[in-house]
Amino acid sequence: MPAGDSALIVEFEERIDPAVNARAVALADSIQAAAIAGVRDVVPTYRSVAVYFDPLSTNYDALVASLGRGAARPVPEPAGDRILIHVPVCYGGELGPDLARVADFGHMSEDDVVAIHSGVNYRVFMLGFVPGFAYMGIVDARIAAPRHSTPRVRVPRGSVGIAAAQTGIYPTETPGGWQLIGRTPVKPFDPSRAEPFLLTAGDSVQFYPIDRGEFDRWSSNTEDTKESKDTMNTIEKK
Amino acid sequence: MARLHVIKAGMLTTVQDRGRWGLQSRGVPVAGPMDPCSHRLANALVGNDAGAATLEVTLVGPELEFDDERAVAVAGAEFELAVDGRPAPVGVSFVVAAGSRLRVGHRSRGARAYLAISGGVTVPMVFGSRATHLVSVMGGIEGRALKPGDELPLGVPMRPRRSSRIPLPSPIVLPDGHATIRVLPGPQQEYFSSGALDALQSARYKIATSSDRMGFRLEGPRLTHARGADIISDATPLGVLQVPASGQPILLMADRQTTGGYPTIATAISADIGLAGQLGPGETISFVVCSHQEAMAALIAQERALMAVEASTGS
Repeated sequence: MPAGDSALIVEFEERIDPAVNARAVALADSIQAAAIAGVRDVVPTYRSVAVYFDPLSTNYDALVASLGRGAARPVPEPAGDRILIHVPVCYGGELGPDLARVADFGHMSEDDVVAIHSGVNYRVFMLGFVPGFAYMGIVDARIAAPRHSTPRVRVPRGSVGIAAAQTGIYPTETPGGWQLIGRTPVKPFDPSRAEPFLLTAGDSVQFYPIDRGEFDRWSSNTEDTKESKDTMNTIEKK
Repeated sequence: MARLHVIKAGMLTTVQDRGRWGLQSRGVPVAGPMDPCSHRLANALVGNDAGAATLEVTLVGPELEFDDERAVAVAGAEFELAVDGRPAPVGVSFVVAAGSRLRVGHRSRGARAYLAISGGVTVPMVFGSRATHLVSVMGGIEGRALKPGDELPLGVPMRPRRSSRIPLPSPIVLPDGHATIRVLPGPQQEYFSSGALDALQSARYKIATSSDRMGFRLEGPRLTHARGADIISDATPLGVLQVPASGQPILLMADRQTTGGYPTIATAISADIGLAGQLGPGETISFVVCSHQEAMAALIAQERALMAVEASTGS
C-alpha cells in the first residue's frame, strides 16, 4: 500500500493480536536484514510495517518484491528467541495515583490489580508516541480501564499506565491520558546508556512489585553505573 | 573553535539537518527542516555538504554575531537581511566578516528560511543527527529553540569560499499566503466515505494558529469517515493527512510522532513538502490529487535544479 511517493505500508489484519504483530515484526526484521539501498527506516506497528525510502535512489520494484517475499515467509514461533525483561514497579500510593480507580473499575482490591497486572508476560507490540515508549499488551479485561477523558498535563518519567488493553511505561515526562498504577525506577530510554532503548517490538515484559524503599534505593543509584548493571540483570533470554 | 553568538533568538529558530532517520521503530521522530528543499539550497550556496546543519528561521529572524569570517546564505522565505545594518541579499551567498552582526528581520513572503554558514552548525549529534526535535527535547541546543546568549559551534569550512553573485532560480516558488499541494490518495482511503477525496479538493483549508512543526491543523471542508475515526495505531509518514473525528484534517510535518491513531486519507507528494513548509498560521492550502508519475516527475525536476546549484558552487 503506497503512502505517498516515499513510503510503503504493508497492512495485516487490523486487530491487537500477538500473531498479527509477530508477522509485522518478522517482516520488519527481514526488510532490515535485506539492507536495500535507499531504505531509510523500517517501522513495525501493531498490525503493519512502514518502509520509508528515498524514491530517487531506491529500486521500487526490488523493494516491493522483497516485501512480497518477506510477507510470504513463515513467521518464526511467536516470541521465539525474543528477550524477556523483568521490570520492577512500585504500585499505588503517590507513584500510582490511579490504582484505586482501576480497582474500582474491576470491582476488586488494589492488591488484586497488582497481582493481575504483574501476573502475566506482556508482548511489546510497537514503540511510538515518544522515544522509547512501548505499547504492551494484552492487559486482562478485568483491569483494562479506559484512558482519562482529559489527559494529565504532566506524567512523571517511569510512570506505568493502563489504557484499555494496553500497558506502557512513560520514558520521559510528557502529557498523558493513561491510568497510572505505579512507577518504575528503570529507564526505558536513556540516551547516555550504551543501549539507549530498553525495549524492542517483539520483546516480552514481566512487571514485578517492589516497595517504596526499594524504589527509592534504586532511583538514588540511577546516576552511577549500578543502574545500567541492574537493568542488564533484569534481562534474560527466554 | 569558532562560534556564532546568539544576540536575539527570533520567533522560533532551531538547528536542523536532514533529520534523524532509522529509529522510528524506537519511537524517535525524524524532525529536520520543514522545507527540505530550501535547507539543501542554502547549504549548496555556501559549499556545505547537503548533510550540514543550518538554522531554520520562522517568521521573525535572529541576530547573530560571528567570531570569524564565514560565507553565509539564506534560502527559502524572503526575509529582511542586514549585516552591521547594511542590507544583504537573500538567495545568494555573501561573506560576513569576523565580529560582524547578521540580523534576520521580518519575512515578506514564505514562512521559513534556512541560514547556512560555511562549515555548518556543529552542535553534538544525537543518534546521528543534529536536528532539533522540540517535543522530545532532542538535538540542536539542548533540544530547544535558540535563546539569547547561546553559542553555536561552527565546523571548519570544507571548501574555499565562493560567493555566488547571481541569484540562482529557487526550486520552490514561494507561496503568497496560499499554496496548492499535490497529494496521492491513501494509505487508508477505505476508512472514508466515497465523497471524502472530492471534499478534500473542493475548497481551501486554512492553517489554524495551533499549528506547529508537528503538523498543520486545517479548517475547511469536513471529511467524513466510513467506519469511525479511531484505528489501531499505525505509522505516520511525512505529509500524510490524518483525520480525527472532527473531520478536519491534520497535515503531518517534520516533527510528527512516529505513529498515530487516526485514519489517513491522502499524502502530500515529496516535491511539495517544502512548499507546504513555507506556509504559516492563517494561510491557506488547496489540495489536488495527482498521479504517481506526476509526483516522481516533480521530484526529479526539483532534484535536477538542486544538483545544478550544487554543481555551480562546487558542493
